[in-house]
Amino acid sequence: MPNHQFCTFYVDGHYCGLDVLKVQEVIRYQEMTRVPLARPVVRGLINLRGQIVTAIDLRRRLELTDRPADQLPVNVVVHTDDGAVSLLVDEIGDVLDVSDQNFECPPETLRGTARDLIRGAYKLDGRLLLILDTDRAVNLSGGPP
Amino acid sequence: MNEVLREFLLETDESLAQLDIDLVTLEKEPKERETLARAFRTVHTVKGTAGFLGFTKLQAVGHASESLLSRLRAGELAFNVDIATTLLGVVDAIRQMLASIEQTEGEGDGDYSALIQSLDRLKIAGSLGTNAVAASTPSAATLNLPLAGNGVGRPELRVAARPPVRGPVAPAPAEEPSPPPAPAPSIIASASTLAVPPAAVSESTETRTPAVSDSAIRVDVGLLDKLMTLVGELVLARNQIMQFSTTQEEAAFLGTVQRLNLLTTELQANVMKTRMQPIGNIWSKLPRVVRDLAIACGKSARIELEGQETELDKTIIEAIRDPLTHLLRNAIDHGMETPEERVALGKAAEGRVSLHAFHEGGKVIIEIADDGKGIDPKRVREKALHAKLITPEQADRLVDRELVNLVFLPGFSTAERVTHFSGRGVGMDVVRTNIEKIGGTVEIESRLGLGTTTKMKIPLTLAIIPALTITVGRDRYAIPQVSLLELVRLEGDQALRRIEQIHGVPVYRRRGSLLPLVYLNRVLQVESSRGEGDEVNIVVLQADDRQFGLIVDAIHDTEEIVVKPLQKQLKGIAAFSGATIMGDGRVALILDVLGVAQMSHVITGARERALSEKPAGRAEPEGDRQTVLLCITRDGGRIAIPLSQVARLEEFPRSSFEKAGMQDVVQYRDEILPLIDVWRVLHRGRHDGLNGDAASLGQAARPSEDDPSVQVVVYSGKGRRVGLIVGQILDIVEETLVSRSRANRPGVLFTAVVQGRVTEFLDIEGIIASADAASFDTSLVLSAEA
Repeated sequence: MPNHQFCTFYVDGHYCGLDVLKVQEVIRYQEMTRVPLARPVVRGLINLRGQIVTAIDLRRRLELTDRPADQLPVNVVVHTDDGAVSLLVDEIGDVLDVSDQNFECPPETLRGTARDLIRGAYKLDGRLLLILDTDRAVNLSGGPP
Repeated sequence: MNEVLREFLLETDESLAQLDIDLVTLEKEPKERETLARAFRTVHTVKGTAGFLGFTKLQAVGHASESLLSRLRAGELAFNVDIATTLLGVVDAIRQMLASIEQTEGEGDGDYSALIQSLDRLKIAGSLGTNAVAASTPSAATLNLPLAGNGVGRPELRVAARPPVRGPVAPAPAEEPSPPPAPAPSIIASASTLAVPPAAVSESTETRTPAVSDSAIRVDVGLLDKLMTLVGELVLARNQIMQFSTTQEEAAFLGTVQRLNLLTTELQANVMKTRMQPIGNIWSKLPRVVRDLAIACGKSARIELEGQETELDKTIIEAIRDPLTHLLRNAIDHGMETPEERVALGKAAEGRVSLHAFHEGGKVIIEIADDGKGIDPKRVREKALHAKLITPEQADRLVDRELVNLVFLPGFSTAERVTHFSGRGVGMDVVRTNIEKIGGTVEIESRLGLGTTTKMKIPLTLAIIPALTITVGRDRYAIPQVSLLELVRLEGDQALRRIEQIHGVPVYRRRGSLLPLVYLNRVLQVESSRGEGDEVNIVVLQADDRQFGLIVDAIHDTEEIVVKPLQKQLKGIAAFSGATIMGDGRVALILDVLGVAQMSHVITGARERALSEKPAGRAEPEGDRQTVLLCITRDGGRIAIPLSQVARLEEFPRSSFEKAGMQDVVQYRDEILPLIDVWRVLHRGRHDGLNGDAASLGQAARPSEDDPSVQVVVYSGKGRRVGLIVGQILDIVEETLVSRSRANRPGVLFTAVVQGRVTEFLDIEGIIASADAASFDTSLVLSAEA
């Protein structure tokens, strides 16, 4: 069984991972310029070494509660076909090497936006690693939010 | 697509552009041997390569044309209109096949047998009549060619031009794929239309200067774009360092920063230059357009090009290509009279259209002028009224020049009849939209019977633009300077008084007309830091043909910003056109003025059909624009003094006043400055006496004679200085004077509306004269003039 590497992080207590090859870099909180009239999941624009990058809040994207005001998010910058996009997460974890035999697709009972974004879960010791689909996470062309 | 094919498409496209020009030239100058030879070589090369690459139709068309050209070149035939038309048809056919080759790598299924037949017919028919033309031998003609013009420096063309070229001999394959070190002063205009990946640098249309093949290289346009992006980044980094350096004191560091600043600026200028191409690149197709049109419309016209070498950014050149062609069509189709009409009017039978490009004030101006019949403002007015584009009231307010510019309204067309080329009621508005899209402006000037001049002002580049930064709430935004008309700042109670409401909609009286106001914070749905009674900052903007005032919290500097597109997550927000990185490293959004105007219903989604107060904003008659100093007299009346007559503004304590006879004076800069109380003089004029002083004027709150100090405008003229005591100095404004009326009292030249208020313009010489008189003899008041 082949192995996969994931960049892991925490979002509102959930342990999530993104394909490590999709992740360009992880950087600490950056000052953002908010974008009025944009959808709430877009928290703002950051200046990433001269490149203007849209920051999407994964908590809002996954329809979770907002992070407390005193907690600064971390930027997980991912490659997309439209340049780099930052996903705001609570805390960063390790890069994890997991075996595909532990993978399972999400159950039918998972509904809503989460179902679109979560490709499935790796059954780790004592917890689940939720694998997110990068392209879908940054694609806001669907309905709200 | 393989390299050979790509090269072939590229080269052929270039040579066809030249062929177009050559054929049109030949039609006028059939004996231009050099041009003829070049046309022959071009066709020959195309044919040869087509044969080599296995494009049989292309080869057949090429062969038939070559045979015809060969006889022309040998002097066995004379060039005539039929031949020109047919050969130009060949150019089109080849283009068609090239387009097909580019997409499918096949020639397509077009049928060109008719074209070939007419070529063959011409070859024979022509030769019957014009045998006798003496000529040198074909080989001599070719051999004598000086190596100038299009083909120079291209080995394969030179080879093809050598003597044994009469038959359908394909050049040896070995010559073809050799990527020639091209004589390349610029990027070829058609590179992107060809969609041959960016790789295109080639010779410009310069036929005068023989290009030197090793002084230039071909560069991928993609690479230039990349360079431009990098320089943009560098400019941003530089801005950030410059900002940081203000907090530093280390001399060595500051020196280095200065140097970095200069180098970056220079680098930016030079990289931008690499993307520049002479406007001549798109003009080269115009002689053909003019010729075809003139023939089709039964008119006779020649084109004059001036300033071909004027350079513009590649993207902008692409953007103005269509508007330019359209304007040219208009000039010939609508503007030009028929030769008979022209002769009857005493003009030369052949009309003249001239294109003139030049730099002015950081922009490129392109003028398209014809000597046709001009635009009749009356007819424009009728048409506009008929099409309900304007109301009769609006029409009455417009001067001729403004009327003429109504042709830019959507749905407007004055053509009596619809032709293939123009007159379908779309067009001029599209021209304007396209020009405005790239931040340019367009304006028409016309003299009835003498011709029309269309003037386009185009920015040099799009990537780096000047913009005004403003704040709303806690965010900064950039507004492209090109949309900016003026800034208005209202302080304190002025803010409350000057912003009026029409059923809850805020408006501001700007020079006598109502300017709709839009609160940016409301449009963007963000908080505002502006409190009740705070000053109000209005940014007056132009969106389409509308003007509106955008109320913002604070106005900052103008700076050069590097425009970056928004990512797709943010597409669809009409209020923003992009983002940029400011000097402090933070991101700021760039406002889309048109979008904001639409969102706030200043203009409706579909282009507003009605007409704004002033169509172009800048179309106001220049002559009446002047800068004046606005003051309030003691009785609250508003007066204006031309700024050109004002030397200084001073404030004197009353205690410094002294008397010289009847005259109040002060010591001022080692001079004795006589003081004249403007209000007294004006008042005296009206009441015919001095005794009206305080008594009749109990109304407005006003600075009285008890004030400890007075505001004085120091006037200097006719070799003397005089201090004019005014109530209060208000503002300096540049004004276009509307609704002037005659003065109704002495000391006043005329009355006009300034900033929405009736204002008297002072006749200073008159006031001084009357004050002089008064100071000697109070009875000599100017009552006689009243």
